[in-house]
Amino acid sequence: MISGLSYWIFGRLEWSDLLIKSNAIATGASCMVVIVAIAIVALLTWTGRWGWLWREWLTSLDHKRIGIMYIVISFIMMARAIAEAMVMRTQQAMAAGGGTDLVGAEHFGQLFTTHGTVMIFFVAMPFLSGLINYLLPLQIGARDLSFPFMNAVGLALTWAGAVLIMVSLTVGDFSTGGWSAYPPFTELAFSPGEGVDYWIWSVTLTGIGTTLTGINFAVTIYKERCPGMHLMRMPLFCWTALCTAILIVFALPPLTVASSLLALDRYLDFHFFTNGSGGNMMNYANLFWLFGHPEVYILILPAFGVWSEVISTFSGKRLYGYRSLVLATMCIAVLSFTVWMHHFFTMGQSANVNAAFGFATMLIGIPTGVKVYDWILTMYRGRIRFSAPMLFAITFLFSFVVGGLSGILLSNAPTDFAMHNSLFLVAHFHNMLIPGTLFGFIAGYMYWFPKAFGFRLDERWGRIAWGLWTAGFFAAFAPLYSLGLMGAMRRTSQTYDPAYEPFLYVALVGAALLFAGFVALVVQLVVSTRHRDRLAVPIGDPWDGRALEWFTPSPPPEWNFARLPQVECIDAFAREKREGDPYAPQDGDYADIEMPRNTGLPTLIGMAGIACAFGLVWHIWWMAIVGFVAMWGFLVARSFESRTTRTIPAATVREANEAWLSRARMARAVPREIEFTAANTGRAEPLA
Amino acid sequence: MAGRLSSLTLFIALTGCAQVHSGGMLDPAGPVAQVQRDHFLIVVALVAIVIVPVFLALPWILWRYRLSRKSTDYKPDWDFDRRIEWVIWGVPVLVVAVLAAVLWINVHRIDPYRPLALQGVPQGAPPLPVQAVGLDWKWLFIYPEQGIATVDELVVPAGRDIAFDLTADGPMMSFYVPRLGGQIYAMAGMRTQLHLAADAPGGFRGLNTQYNGVDFHRQSFRVRALPPREFAAWAARARSAPPLDVARYAKLVEPSVTARPLVFGRVEPDLFAKVIGKYEGGSAPHHMAQAAR
Repeated sequence: MISGLSYWIFGRLEWSDLLIKSNAIATGASCMVVIVAIAIVALLTWTGRWGWLWREWLTSLDHKRIGIMYIVISFIMMARAIAEAMVMRTQQAMAAGGGTDLVGAEHFGQLFTTHGTVMIFFVAMPFLSGLINYLLPLQIGARDLSFPFMNAVGLALTWAGAVLIMVSLTVGDFSTGGWSAYPPFTELAFSPGEGVDYWIWSVTLTGIGTTLTGINFAVTIYKERCPGMHLMRMPLFCWTALCTAILIVFALPPLTVASSLLALDRYLDFHFFTNGSGGNMMNYANLFWLFGHPEVYILILPAFGVWSEVISTFSGKRLYGYRSLVLATMCIAVLSFTVWMHHFFTMGQSANVNAAFGFATMLIGIPTGVKVYDWILTMYRGRIRFSAPMLFAITFLFSFVVGGLSGILLSNAPTDFAMHNSLFLVAHFHNMLIPGTLFGFIAGYMYWFPKAFGFRLDERWGRIAWGLWTAGFFAAFAPLYSLGLMGAMRRTSQTYDPAYEPFLYVALVGAALLFAGFVALVVQLVVSTRHRDRLAVPIGDPWDGRALEWFTPSPPPEWNFARLPQVECIDAFAREKREGDPYAPQDGDYADIEMPRNTGLPTLIGMAGIACAFGLVWHIWWMAIVGFVAMWGFLVARSFESRTTRTIPAATVREANEAWLSRARMARAVPREIEFTAANTGRAEPLA
Repeated sequence: MAGRLSSLTLFIALTGCAQVHSGGMLDPAGPVAQVQRDHFLIVVALVAIVIVPVFLALPWILWRYRLSRKSTDYKPDWDFDRRIEWVIWGVPVLVVAVLAAVLWINVHRIDPYRPLALQGVPQGAPPLPVQAVGLDWKWLFIYPEQGIATVDELVVPAGRDIAFDLTADGPMMSFYVPRLGGQIYAMAGMRTQLHLAADAPGGFRGLNTQYNGVDFHRQSFRVRALPPREFAAWAARARSAPPLDVARYAKLVEPSVTARPLVFGRVEPDLFAKVIGKYEGGSAPHHMAQAAR
């Protein structure tokens, strides 16, 4: 009777699931989560910041604040995922040749699963959502995204997924089935615990949030461009945002379907992907990679957009081959849906199918190669400044072509037969995702940071971070190419071949360097914040920027632009600086501006989502039902809210705008040679 | 620049594999792996046409157009050249076209489902059938013609096409012998096929590459390629080993690692078909799930 009652209240959850884990490292991580959570709560209470957090951030519908919150999530989760990578590499190096285990095989399985899941869904995806959220309206001359409330809901579902995956560190275990969660290993018969359920619900929550965000981005680009901003005048970053948004809209639903069907298998004894009773895991592989392959382009296209902006700005030159780059981006977006089957060349389909999908995959190499050449030609005849974002771009260009080569090798079934599931594959996708995606996002973070916060990041620490990330990347992944060719497989907690040992040690050093690179980013942020007065660039254009976002104060006002800009060409702001007077007083009439009113509903939806998902994971049915009903209840409540906007009077707008313009007129225009000194207050002198 | 230096290191590491291989795909011991290695080198050579210019041009441009040099040919508005455009689109298109042709030929030459045409072997000579069953965490090999079976040791005659039929009795696994080539998934309820051959007698490592639980890393097996006559002698000796009966098979299916390779002198002739048949219809064994509930 008691046990029956406890099941109704606590589901499968027992005391033994809390905090204490299979080994010291896992227990330490589990305790750390709890300690950090308590510390944050204490700090907020101590400094009396709860009201501020709620009013300024958690209820805000401002795309800029939402963008910043996405990137904060990304950095927090990155700390976790890099630490996990360190533990895995240490385990492999220690256990090589039959040495001692650091974490054991079961925990190792959880580590590679959470590392992959976190890095893809809770580091890379929030980072790109954050960058696009912040920049897109500024770059196309809009006040906000089309659906500010939906935007906040997307963010809430993303952090709900992230919280759930952090909870799994402390309560129970996570899946060992890899970030792709291939059944039948993840079916109930082989993974009976709560781990796979954690994976399913964290990914489903964030997947739905991302779908909403993708719709929002696409609609915003189609509908909210300022007068004169034709599609072919948009900055390249907006083009990549558009392609990414379209990919999200088409690619995320298959993921949600796949994870939902897997949930039906596990919860209601369906047989979509089980070994027997008519199940077939190949259907899962098709659905998952129908999402998974476009996903890698969802991740990398915004980074391509960042590179286009960074390289053009720091070369002091127009982007070479704008039309080529747009065409190449679109080609990649379309082709990304034609190649998913290269993820399972070895599943036994016919040679013709393998050849066709190999060919389709290689086709992507053409527009990608064109992009690399276009960026190099953008530097050609320019005036290159080796700023930290530009240094990341240079590492990217050198390493990306190596990743391209390994990608072509993997896209050829004859070679893929030998490299599938090997460390060569691991090296390849990290080669694309670290210099390609992550370096792009870090460069974008450093490049646009002064826009968001009004002060530059410390340049010296930026270069140190670049050095560590670059050295760390090559040291960590070059050995994996060799190991893969020697026949070492991924997801092995230990290897027995002594020939692997030196490579594993180099890879461990690389992982440590990458971790140091992350620490350098944190140090950079702390140092810059302490010196924010010396680094301040309130006028808003510290890098001689080219697109509209630089024609705003730093940070921009809530309404972005006092009057929506009118553009006549690509790089409108750069032209205005050379030929006109962008900071001239904007006389004439200012109008009232309507902005979305703050609301706490998205945050409540996120919290209800966590309750629902947690209840499902532990079979606490009352909690799952309450959470689910609450999620929809809050959404319905929103539809009854009639006062969703508030008006900012024209006088306020005029005052703020004219003050900024007059400050800009009084400031000295700073030449590029001294843009990293305190003299740079955010008004750039264009190169001549 | 550190970036450039490290790229160089990476290249040395990549090309250095030819020396440091330890039983990998760059050290082929059979015709399939041979084709894979050749294909690898062809792809690297062809793609080099596209990527080497990057390694040459980028350092030069970075040096020549740095801000402090005050280059006189600064052209901030230069953004297009039709001739360059033809080259940067055209050359990759040509390279991919050639690659596609090479791919088409080789993908069919080593199609896992296609019998191998071996040198010095008369056309139409029958391959040796071997049935491989992926189990948690071991491989069972059944020799239907010899009526014997082994666990975690694959003994084959050198110079002869081995025709594998594969399935799994457990989660999905992937069968791979790096020095002989190929790789194919083994899935419950399904039959996949693979053809491999060893050029000469020797010993190789084989493994499962698809994660299937805690002892995944221990699911490897020895491959011994023997001269044909020795293979026949080995098979004859193997027949005196104890049989693989129902009870023993049930024990093998349980998740475990066998300490050393096993040999069975007799096998039910239709064991492989039965293993596949187990998962058809509605009678899939869910023993672990039930135990967990």
